[in-house]
Amino acid sequence: MVIASAISFQLKKGELAAIVGINGIGKSTLLKTLGRFQPIISGSIKIEGKELSTYDYLQMASKISVVLTESIASKNLSVYELLALGRQPYTNWLGKLADTDVSIINKSIALLELEPFLDKKCFQLSDGQLQRVLIARALIQDTDIILLDEPTTHLDLYHKVQILKLLKSIAHETNKTILFTSHEIELAIQLCDKMLILDGRENAFNEPCKLIENKNFDTLFPTDTISFDSNTGSFRIKK
Amino acid sequence: MTNQSTYSFHFIGLLIVLLICFVINICLGSVTISFIDTLKILFGSVSENDSNTYIIWQYRLPKAITAILVGGGLSLSGLLMQTLFRNPLAGPYVLGISSGASLGAALLIMGTSLFSGALTFSAFNDITLAIASSLGSFFVLSLVLVVAAKVKDTMALLIIGLMFGSITAAIVSVLSYFTKAEKLQRYIFWSFGSLGNLSWVQLLIVALCTMIGIFLSIISIKPLNAFLLGENYAKSLGIGLQKSRYIIIVATGLLAGSITAFAGPIAFVGLAVPHITKQLIHTTDHKIQIPAVLCCGATLMLICDTIAQLPGSVSVLPINAITSILGAPVVIWLLVRKRKMIF
Repeated sequence: MVIASAISFQLKKGELAAIVGINGIGKSTLLKTLGRFQPIISGSIKIEGKELSTYDYLQMASKISVVLTESIASKNLSVYELLALGRQPYTNWLGKLADTDVSIINKSIALLELEPFLDKKCFQLSDGQLQRVLIARALIQDTDIILLDEPTTHLDLYHKVQILKLLKSIAHETNKTILFTSHEIELAIQLCDKMLILDGRENAFNEPCKLIENKNFDTLFPTDTISFDSNTGSFRIKK
Repeated sequence: MTNQSTYSFHFIGLLIVLLICFVINICLGSVTISFIDTLKILFGSVSENDSNTYIIWQYRLPKAITAILVGGGLSLSGLLMQTLFRNPLAGPYVLGISSGASLGAALLIMGTSLFSGALTFSAFNDITLAIASSLGSFFVLSLVLVVAAKVKDTMALLIIGLMFGSITAAIVSVLSYFTKAEKLQRYIFWSFGSLGNLSWVQLLIVALCTMIGIFLSIISIKPLNAFLLGENYAKSLGIGLQKSRYIIIVATGLLAGSITAFAGPIAFVGLAVPHITKQLIHTTDHKIQIPAVLCCGATLMLICDTIAQLPGSVSVLPINAITSILGAPVVIWLLVRKRKMIF
């Protein structure tokens, strides 16, 4: 069964973009297809004009890094070990870190303010801290594109905003393309450069304010339960 | 500890302990040979007492080296499996790989009488035994792996491993029902596990298999470390999943299979040693863990063997009994202390 089709969008360098939509519409599926975790059902995906399938896995590893919803397999990894794994595509067969690798790691540690946690094991971290570590790992992989699957789940409002602001500053300052799926539509409207609304009909992709103008958010959820207030950019429950 | 620690102090310590255990293991036995005499015999200066020289060169030294290979090899295969299955309770014994090796050995030792028409060459020698039990362990390992792809649940996988163990045990008991007494006895003695029955030639075969296993593990250090994040992350780091997985499986099967072939199914070492090692050396990096696990496994096996010899007495306990008595409490302790299993 086809749930959503005719999805078309492109992202430029330095853009932060969100994929939003109701549960089960295929946000994660789309993101996983982009990250090549599952095969393309139909259509084409290109990076820098080149078809995704023409890249081998090692080349992919220097183009796209990911932050996934699945928890990491070994929570016994120390934070530094986890971060260092981000350099794997570039290290020798033993995984030895060169000076450049160490300096890239240290830069990301400073950027995400992870110094206090470096010696901690992952199971000792809170969800928000672990998420920051995983984002830092993706940064350390030093790719043009970062894909994140629901990076803000299980976080409170403050930490959600903190993570999303962080992603925005990374995208703008390091000129990376960051794409994430999210249920935080109201926050995404305020922070993202572009948004893709997966609704199975139009699948509109544009700047958030344009999407509001075009009333794309109004029919995202069943209108008898939730309505969209275009003045405040927020959703209201119908009583 | 944050930046690349080399852990050289840890390794010097581990090697010293290993060496001490090695020498103690050689000194002690049904006949106690003094430390000085042992060293003299080992370093070639001829002792007056010829029987001591014979005991050491033909019995105790091969046994001690076997203990090192068996302990190190099984522990390494345990470490590989725990990383591959992302499961702290994985190990050659628990997941039925040892049972697979038992099945292979049983089919060869006892099954040949059933199919004697087809297998008249009956060249049941050491090499065929090693091949049979390695094939058996590969067979069960690949079955477990196929099932592991379907169930993600830690506990379900363990129960499936136990079930595979039951199935192979059932086949073995059917075989033993129909076989001749002397073959059955041969199999039973094999299944007790023993480090002492290996000739220098057999030792060479085990050493060769272990070396290949270690070599394959070393070239897999990067994929192994990436697997700590999970398979999808490993893929995103540019690791060829299929290829790495096969190399690791071959290494595991070769280590567990060849060792079980000659020394019998030895319980719990593969499961417990990686956990003990991680208590001593706090890193998950396989570059450090592989040599550390080899050292710890070898040391533990030497200690178990020394105890099994019951120094000063004529009797010898089955090595399996000692490793189980030491290993099972470690597993219980891990479950009770940590509640959540972390590897």
